Amino acid sequence: MPKDGGIGASSKRREDVRFLTGAGNYTDDINMHGQAYVHFLRSDIAHGTITNIDTSAAASMPGVVRIFTGSDFEGVGGMPCGWQVTDKHGQPMQEPAHPILAQGKVRHVGEPIAAVVADSLAEARDAAEAIVVDINELPAVVDMKAALQDGATKVHDDLDNNLCYDWGFVEENKDAVNKAFEDAAHVTSLELVNNRLVANPMEPRVAVGDYARGTDESTLYTTSQNPHVIRLLMGAFVLGIPEHKLRVVAPDVGGGFGTKIFHYQEEAFCTFAAKACNRPVKWTSSRTEAFISDAHGRDHVTKIELALDADNNFTAIRTETHANMGAYLSTFAPSVPTWLHGTLMAGNYKTPLIYVNVKAVFTNTVPVDAYRGAGRPEATFQLERVVDKAARELGVDPIALRRQNFITEFPYATPVAVEYDTGDYHGTMDKLEEMGDFAGFAARRAESEKNGKLRGLGVNCYIEACGIAPSNLVGQLGARAGLYESATVRVNATGGLVVMTGSHSHGQGHETSFAQVVAEMIGIDENMVEIVHGDTANTPMGMGTYGSRSIAVGGSAMVRATEKIINKAKKIASHLLEASEADIELKDGAFSVAGTDKSVAWGDVTLAAYVPHNYPLEDIEPGLEETAFYDPSNFTYPSGAYACEVEVDPDTGKVTIERFAAADDFGNIINPMIVTGQVHGGLAQGIGQALLENCAYDENGQLLSASYMDYAMPRADDLPMFDVDHSSQTPCTHNPLGVKGCGEAGAIGSPPAVVNAVVDALQSAGKDVTHIDMPLSPDRVWAAMNG
Amino acid sequence: MAQVSMTVNGKAASGEVEGRTLLSSFLRDQLMLTGTHVGCDTSQCGACVVHVDGQAVKSCTMLAMEADGADVATIEGQANADGSLNVIQQAFQDHHGLQCGFCTPGMVMSAAALLKENPKPSETEVREYLEGNICRCTGYHNIVKAIMAASGQDVSAIAAE
Repeated sequence: MPKDGGIGASSKRREDVRFLTGAGNYTDDINMHGQAYVHFLRSDIAHGTITNIDTSAAASMPGVVRIFTGSDFEGVGGMPCGWQVTDKHGQPMQEPAHPILAQGKVRHVGEPIAAVVADSLAEARDAAEAIVVDINELPAVVDMKAALQDGATKVHDDLDNNLCYDWGFVEENKDAVNKAFEDAAHVTSLELVNNRLVANPMEPRVAVGDYARGTDESTLYTTSQNPHVIRLLMGAFVLGIPEHKLRVVAPDVGGGFGTKIFHYQEEAFCTFAAKACNRPVKWTSSRTEAFISDAHGRDHVTKIELALDADNNFTAIRTETHANMGAYLSTFAPSVPTWLHGTLMAGNYKTPLIYVNVKAVFTNTVPVDAYRGAGRPEATFQLERVVDKAARELGVDPIALRRQNFITEFPYATPVAVEYDTGDYHGTMDKLEEMGDFAGFAARRAESEKNGKLRGLGVNCYIEACGIAPSNLVGQLGARAGLYESATVRVNATGGLVVMTGSHSHGQGHETSFAQVVAEMIGIDENMVEIVHGDTANTPMGMGTYGSRSIAVGGSAMVRATEKIINKAKKIASHLLEASEADIELKDGAFSVAGTDKSVAWGDVTLAAYVPHNYPLEDIEPGLEETAFYDPSNFTYPSGAYACEVEVDPDTGKVTIERFAAADDFGNIINPMIVTGQVHGGLAQGIGQALLENCAYDENGQLLSASYMDYAMPRADDLPMFDVDHSSQTPCTHNPLGVKGCGEAGAIGSPPAVVNAVVDALQSAGKDVTHIDMPLSPDRVWAAMNG
Repeated sequence: MAQVSMTVNGKAASGEVEGRTLLSSFLRDQLMLTGTHVGCDTSQCGACVVHVDGQAVKSCTMLAMEADGADVATIEGQANADGSLNVIQQAFQDHHGLQCGFCTPGMVMSAAALLKENPKPSETEVREYLEGNICRCTGYHNIVKAIMAASGQDVSAIAAE
């Protein structure tokens, strides 16, 4: 039976009411008294030397408050990178300076050169048009492999070359892996591109800086997934403002998908300019600006090889990837192709030997960083494509080949340094076979053929690492931050609770699902619990929301803090009930003495905590407020199996998704409705990557897809209804809720299913097509069929 | 600058605008009706959809002066008179048809316009009508379901939660 409330209930989202009535409070809805507006003049050239910036005409235009250029930021820190990767020789990555406004050179289209602050946005824009910038254009570095050739133009003159790092993992296994390939009965290899994407949350980024002269306090309102991280990075490394003089607020945020994790120049600029101009300064990104300034995602070029023995057991995997960093290192960019990618190369399989090589490359393009899944979609895509290709080469059933090589015993230590705590890969595949009605596929294919269409079925598995992450481990791996999470639980005198979390909700529904957990623990109505997030002034230091970490790490902190509350409340109850603390039980919001009918209500205990007339003041303090920080001991490992059925129109190459089934194992689930919605959204983004989306540059570094006219976002009529199941549940063994996280699964698991299905469709028509690079747009599919 | 007057959500509203001021800017910046969102600059995303004289319009693509004298409806005026969610809004909550909420005002306004001209749309008709509204969170599954439910159709056969 579905529950009415608490853990496992599909409680309706309380945040919906404000969003449905236009009462949300997004950053662009915030307007400060006396606010000025900034417009950034951005480079329309990918690579060049700035020889002159003349702002004199612009400065005298109506409404202009002040014009800033790079020279205003000499001595101010640049944008910091939060992760230092060590290369295969033990050397640190090459790390270029990243100025707030361009200094001397421009390195990508969209790089801000000057900033006009004016009384109105229109005046700021008008004045920006009157700024004269002279740039000596240099050859643009766009192609990653060309960028690494001797004599290639350097993106950064002060670096040795365009190679950020050359990473080998696990370097000690390299010789054994090579030997396994020499001994293999069969080797399947595949070269592929993981296409560059733009996250495109529907709310463009916004920053509002404010400065209080009387108290020397700065406030930044920003569209961020992690306000505390922004406060730390911007305060400590960029502007030199101590935390107690800097407040960062991320109110309602209209989607993030990774690209709102990072600290951006515009945030630092607005905070800096508010003080310099002594008035609030607001920036609202246009969509075109978003395309040329939000960090992009993916953009890997990979060769993967899979070795099998004579019995079709996987014996080794070897990969070589070029990963695009863009022109500068975005906040967490170096970690994505390495520790979030190489560590997942075992997938769901007991392959004993794995070697991953990644060359990260600077190019004259927008910086690339985490986008929904971040490294794990890239790992899953190449692995599940090469396994599918191997099955076709060997003439075996792709599902049978996967099942034969599944990891079945847990915990399982992979050869790429992670330990899966739980999972049941046969279980999710069993569920998928049931949902996908594979037995009926032949009849559906025949029906499609009657209509002149080719039908294909593609299946794949995935595993991901969520709940990022054990701080001591990521510290060893180069993270310049801890990755714990925090919660403060404040119980009010009349029994209601406020939970202040360091994580952030930007569509995930935390205000509802987090309240369900606390309500369940105490046995009270969900509506007595309020979740507060997004403001460094009223939440404990936390690392924010990304990597499907909020319930696994943030939820765990909330559980620990609530446990402390319950323990203290039991002490108070034992005093009120004149009973031993060991005999006090909490059930349905009342404390009772075991084996008696004596009890005291939750509200009486909370009132006693704040009106301590009859209270054990000699033993415990008044009040009822506790904080916990939770640092996970391991990642969590959600997994699943996905199936996609497509129809291909052989005349046009157009692919349509006819059926999509997703069987996931997320461990325990707090709100099934929200979890299902997260999977739907992930699937849409994964299918978007597979069929539609492509961030394209020309050879001069011009972005060809900088608007929704050119970048194909998935629309309602591009997608089917999805069949989603999460009844396979192997709870996480190392966090108190047994949860694994669900935010990225759909985006990780779906691209290989789509491509496998299209290859299946084309091969069914006798076409010798083994791979097509994403997106599988009609022209690419048609060319592959007729190539 | 010019004076514009219009009826917005049943109330008289007026202000001074430049010739280039968009209706979306007038609503957001002068009337403080910030429920209407702007998510792109090419009239593609539909977060800014409002009704002008009963027609769904992308308010980022209409000048405020063009709406002079018009009857404008925005998301802020959609709830029932007692403040409760109207049928479409309630269906969006019941069927989890929103996540981050940014595209939601435009989706609700487009859905209202659709159901006015086609009271019982098929799934295909809903999907085709929403071509001009982009959502990045939901994969549209629950939006389509919510709109069909709001039209009084049984959506229990549509998969899951």
